[in-house]
Amino acid sequence: MSDAESTQFSSEQVRHLASLVRIELTDSEVEEFRSELASILSHIDALSEIDTTGVPPTNNGADLLNIKDDDASRPAMPRDQILANAPQREDEYFRVHAVLDQS
Amino acid sequence: MTTSTDSDLLSITLAQGRRKLLSGETSSQQLTQTFLDRIAATDDQVKAFVTVTAEAALEQATQADNLLSSGDATAPLTGLPIGLKDVLMTRGVRTTAGSRMLDSLIPPYDATVVSRLRDAGAISLGKLNMDEFAMGSSTEHSAWFPTANPWDLERVPGGSSGGSAAAVAAQQCIATLGSDTGGSIRQPASFCGVVGLKPTYGRVSRYGLIAFASSLDQIGPFTHTVEDAALLLQAIAGPDPLDSTCYDEPVPDFSEQLDRGLDGLRVAAPQEFFGDGMDEDVGSTVETALDLLAANGAIIDRTPSMPSVPMALPVYYILAPSECSANLARFDGVKYGYGARGGESMWADMEATRQHGFGREVKRRILLGAYALSAGYYDAYYLQAQKVRTLIRREFDRVFAEHDVIVAPTAPTVAFKQGEITDPYQMYLNDIFTIPANIAGLPAISVPGGFGEGGMPVGLQFVGQRLDEPTLLQVANAYEQLAQWPTAPPGSVGST
Repeated sequence: MSDAESTQFSSEQVRHLASLVRIELTDSEVEEFRSELASILSHIDALSEIDTTGVPPTNNGADLLNIKDDDASRPAMPRDQILANAPQREDEYFRVHAVLDQS
Repeated sequence: MTTSTDSDLLSITLAQGRRKLLSGETSSQQLTQTFLDRIAATDDQVKAFVTVTAEAALEQATQADNLLSSGDATAPLTGLPIGLKDVLMTRGVRTTAGSRMLDSLIPPYDATVVSRLRDAGAISLGKLNMDEFAMGSSTEHSAWFPTANPWDLERVPGGSSGGSAAAVAAQQCIATLGSDTGGSIRQPASFCGVVGLKPTYGRVSRYGLIAFASSLDQIGPFTHTVEDAALLLQAIAGPDPLDSTCYDEPVPDFSEQLDRGLDGLRVAAPQEFFGDGMDEDVGSTVETALDLLAANGAIIDRTPSMPSVPMALPVYYILAPSECSANLARFDGVKYGYGARGGESMWADMEATRQHGFGREVKRRILLGAYALSAGYYDAYYLQAQKVRTLIRREFDRVFAEHDVIVAPTAPTVAFKQGEITDPYQMYLNDIFTIPANIAGLPAISVPGGFGEGGMPVGLQFVGQRLDEPTLLQVANAYEQLAQWPTAPPGSVGST
């Protein structure tokens, strides 16, 4: 891990992260997040100093693994109720912008 | 038979309300109307509610009264008015999670806790304000409006469950539900001078809780008393086929141990919970509380050291944003909620949806999570945080090998003024004492512990062993009975 002092973000890095998570940012947001993320990471970087050799990761809040459900059919939620919350629908479909090139 | 006046009713607990309803001293309709009137009189100032469901509540109250008069009110919370954090899915009732992204979401199903409370007979008065997607410590990050602290309207109620805490302190509901990912029940409970309980991770189903950080999120109650917290937990706890992270363990009687007192109980006060960052008024208030516990039979041990505990905050600010960046990927403007249209492509619409639908704090955390998970940084940040999480859990295990509970301050300060904290990391520091219990998946409770600067409430936190809420509630109840702090501001909010 890079040491705390060197945690810096370029505008390009912030824009790249934003593109990964599909959020459009204004120029002023890019600048604000650039300095805020660097500041937050400078506090977090203390983690790198902890010796975790041979320590397994914890990835679960409990100690639970693979609780299995009965393989039985049950009624699904009514389609109309689900579609009722769509920003845009057409008949029984969610309407979105064309995904494939139509040419 | 005596009848209750409205002002008597505002200060009742769930346990008292149950007795008054069964004896006929009051009716569910009177009770429900009293709290709805209280909301109408005070919520212009407190702003705890995003949505009030008066009509449905009064309908349910009529049904509850029918059950009561025919002797069929066996459900333990029959006719008692409560409130729900707006992060819990409620069928047919707008659910926003404090976000413009869900401005118009009308869920087609109930969260498991919501259907369980209904089965228990409780009446929901509405949905309570919160920081957007439960990210924040002040309820100033709600997309709708900030909620005020009933003890001092210029101060924040804490967060993210600020509406749930303020509604209990302002006597707008007898009790409420909130959610706690890093302290979002306990810190607002501390700031608003009420009881707030985060159960063991996996004790309560998360089905229908709009997800923030799935390995940390847990639903729990806000109440005036520890006894009520036990009652409400009883109603919502237990295995659920709809949540595979819910323990398939029998649910104990959470009220059974309440009155066993403090004799011989081993209480650890680890140094790391009493160190840097804690304000002097909080420190001296907590010391007085420790003296009271010790004078009444508890064995306070200040020697345990938990050197990894200060790392809980950095661990949290890797794990929670990482999980949130994945969880919030579902908000794509296609299936439900806000969806921008008119861009040049599907991607442009999606990016505009997330630009306008999410607030600043949410975007910041999604970006932070994307960074921690991205190629080249994953091992250094995410994996390292998961390993330190293991170290923190082991330290708790070591302390609990020789102690029954841990005692600590809930928050390092009393409630601060609205607009006072603008730096994100300063805001995150609010949760330094609450985050460790989430990291380790342990149950923890904040109970009123006295008053600090400006006459504001100070919370006392107890952390218990995994699935040992009965002992946790026993200690908290014993302290509450000894200390007898008020859980609502003197002179009602509405009359000032």
